[in-house]
Amino acid sequence: MSDIIIMILSTLGSIFILIAAYGIVRMPDFYLRLSVTIKAATFGVGLILMAAALFFLEFQVTTKVFSIIFFIIITAPVGGHMIGRTAYIIGIKMWEGSVLDELKDKYDKKTHELKGEDESEDSNEKDFSDLK
Amino acid sequence: MSLESYLIYIIMPIICVAVILVLIRFIKGPAIVDKVVALDLMITIGVGIIGVFSMISKNSNFLDVAMILALIAFLGTVAFSFYLEKRNSDE
Repeated sequence: MSDIIIMILSTLGSIFILIAAYGIVRMPDFYLRLSVTIKAATFGVGLILMAAALFFLEFQVTTKVFSIIFFIIITAPVGGHMIGRTAYIIGIKMWEGSVLDELKDKYDKKTHELKGEDESEDSNEKDFSDLK
Repeated sequence: MSLESYLIYIIMPIICVAVILVLIRFIKGPAIVDKVVALDLMITIGVGIIGVFSMISKNSNFLDVAMILALIAFLGTVAFSFYLEKRNSDE
């Protein structure tokens, strides 16, 4: 019975990894590739490691497996965000089918800081100057 | 079909095909950030391969290597993105 569960978990995990690899080859754009790979690969590796934990059924192995899964789930979004931000700053082009770029002209070119809503701040300052 | 032969003859080939597909993107990638993401994904799949291999060889010590590999993947991505951002700000 546990053999069948291990088979199902490892098959699902390997299929998720295959979907991620297919996505990184076929997607047209860097940002779309990033969004496919991080999610699918994290889930696939997590399922395979859970299959390994069920296979051994020891306390030490289960602890190791959970620490690896926890580490991957914590660090994958951080790494994905950092590489996506870098790609946007160094000017990787988006796919021509993309319809919306909400970050356009919001990054400062020199300091790489994200500016907020400039217009509303200006209008607030104007209001205060009128009061004075 | 026993579990061991299932892991060897079905799971491992699927993951190896996935690694080859990622390697295509790693060689072809038009920008350098594509290569960084492909490398990150390749190391993450390597963690999965180590998990399957530890089941095949019935030796749970390999999972320590998987933990270190996951650490190195995160460190590599963060270092690459940090220095790529610095490189263009000097110009």
